[in-house]
Amino acid sequence: MSIRGKAYIAGIYEHPTRKAPDKSLTQLHAEVAAGAVADAGLTMADVDGFFCDNDAPGLGPISMVEYMGLNVGHVDTTETGGSAPIVHISHAAQAIAAGKCSVALITLAGRPRSAGVSANPAPNWDVPELPFEFPYRSSVLNQYAMVAMRHMHEYGTTSEQLAWVKVAASHHAQHNPHAMLRDLVSVEDVLHSPMIADPLHRLDCCVVSDGGGAIVVVCPEIAKTLSRPLVKVRGAGEAIRDLRGGKANILESGGARSGAIAFDEAGVKPADIKYASLYDSFTITVVVQLEDLGFCEKGKGGRFVADGGLISGVGRLPVNTDGGGLCNNHPGNRGGMTKVLEAVRQLRGEAHPAVQVPGCDLAVAHGTGGWLASRHGSATVILERE
Amino acid sequence: MQEAVKMPAPRVNVENKEYWDAAGRGVLLVKRCTSCGEAHHYPRAICPFCYSAETEWQEAAGTGVVHAYTVMRREQPSTVTAYVALEEGPLMLTNIVDYDADALRIGMPVKVRFADAEDGIRVPVFSPS
Repeated sequence: MSIRGKAYIAGIYEHPTRKAPDKSLTQLHAEVAAGAVADAGLTMADVDGFFCDNDAPGLGPISMVEYMGLNVGHVDTTETGGSAPIVHISHAAQAIAAGKCSVALITLAGRPRSAGVSANPAPNWDVPELPFEFPYRSSVLNQYAMVAMRHMHEYGTTSEQLAWVKVAASHHAQHNPHAMLRDLVSVEDVLHSPMIADPLHRLDCCVVSDGGGAIVVVCPEIAKTLSRPLVKVRGAGEAIRDLRGGKANILESGGARSGAIAFDEAGVKPADIKYASLYDSFTITVVVQLEDLGFCEKGKGGRFVADGGLISGVGRLPVNTDGGGLCNNHPGNRGGMTKVLEAVRQLRGEAHPAVQVPGCDLAVAHGTGGWLASRHGSATVILERE
Repeated sequence: MQEAVKMPAPRVNVENKEYWDAAGRGVLLVKRCTSCGEAHHYPRAICPFCYSAETEWQEAAGTGVVHAYTVMRREQPSTVTAYVALEEGPLMLTNIVDYDADALRIGMPVKVRFADAEDGIRVPVFSPS
């Protein structure tokens, strides 16, 4: 069974806040939920499926279901880090195809900026790899920086090329009134920003922001009764990439597998894609994902992104036209939600006119949750404007 | 190089106690599966390649090459996080210590030594050989 054409994204909402000292975490979840449901033209009473990940407080989905007063017959709290909302779209489509729910609500929210919480969780000593990584201060930062360093060594990728990912994000973010960083940035600005973890500079890193977003996925019958443009889930894939006992290729992400599954299910090729939302936790993340999804050959991602390659209207492939995690928003240290939201805006023709891709009828949203070098959950979804 | 602050200690459990006991004696161990012959890291009771429980501890050569690294600039003093490709094959996450900053590079041969972590635990780290 395939999910192709079995579900539609009918509602989306991105919280406008980027700093929310005056709101609780559950309040943010509830606000984005209400926003997405309203965007779809539905009510909270229509929701019969709920999806969230570990950013939602409480035991799995239970506290949030109670807090929001939901009446659901299907829940899923699959956790793959920042890529989880993309996994949830696939799982929602599967549940809808199986008749388990017809209006699935996915929420994500976080307030790390107000709470001062880092992306590195407190140690859980039952995690088997932890004793072998904790003493060395393994972190999100160094697990992405080491991939960048090795990528440069093996393929000749340069800091200038990585900087172009940030430059493109800033070109897009200048048009987004909600973006946390709206100033145009040059390659030199990136290279002159402080070195954080060689070879990554401060401006190679995404923002830390409060906020959140939500998505409503519905069955075809309901989608066709609503007034929103029809955005169909055409294919999806997920994959876990780990260190394989120390024998993994740290330059290949789980996107190689999740992307292949998604493109196969959708029956399309990377060359057919008009717009891509790619998780930009760091500039290197985008380069590796472009390669693994098949937008360019392995090792050529640096050349692909250089010279404005990702800028809408002028580049090879418009990527992250909301400004991405690098400039716009990275709510709760999780980027998968906002990736889907901008892909849906592009497909609806509702992106900012300055960055809207003309005739955008096929888009991909892809995320890498966790640590690029060691282990992560990758998720890909291919969406089509019908 | 500045005197480093003590590394955070790992929590030792029944599955990995032998590894940390050996580190305390200045010996680096790897796990090898006697069923498929493959060495792996981090060490497990069950082989991640063939799922055999016939895994045994093996004294590692203690040598390898830097496969990837980064300098964590915001730490005081800055630390080097690295994957070292062990002589036995697997990548091992570690720190590089007592290095010449100008000589630090991928492919650099390194040799194990042991650093004092908190709680009296010794942790394998690597230096240029």
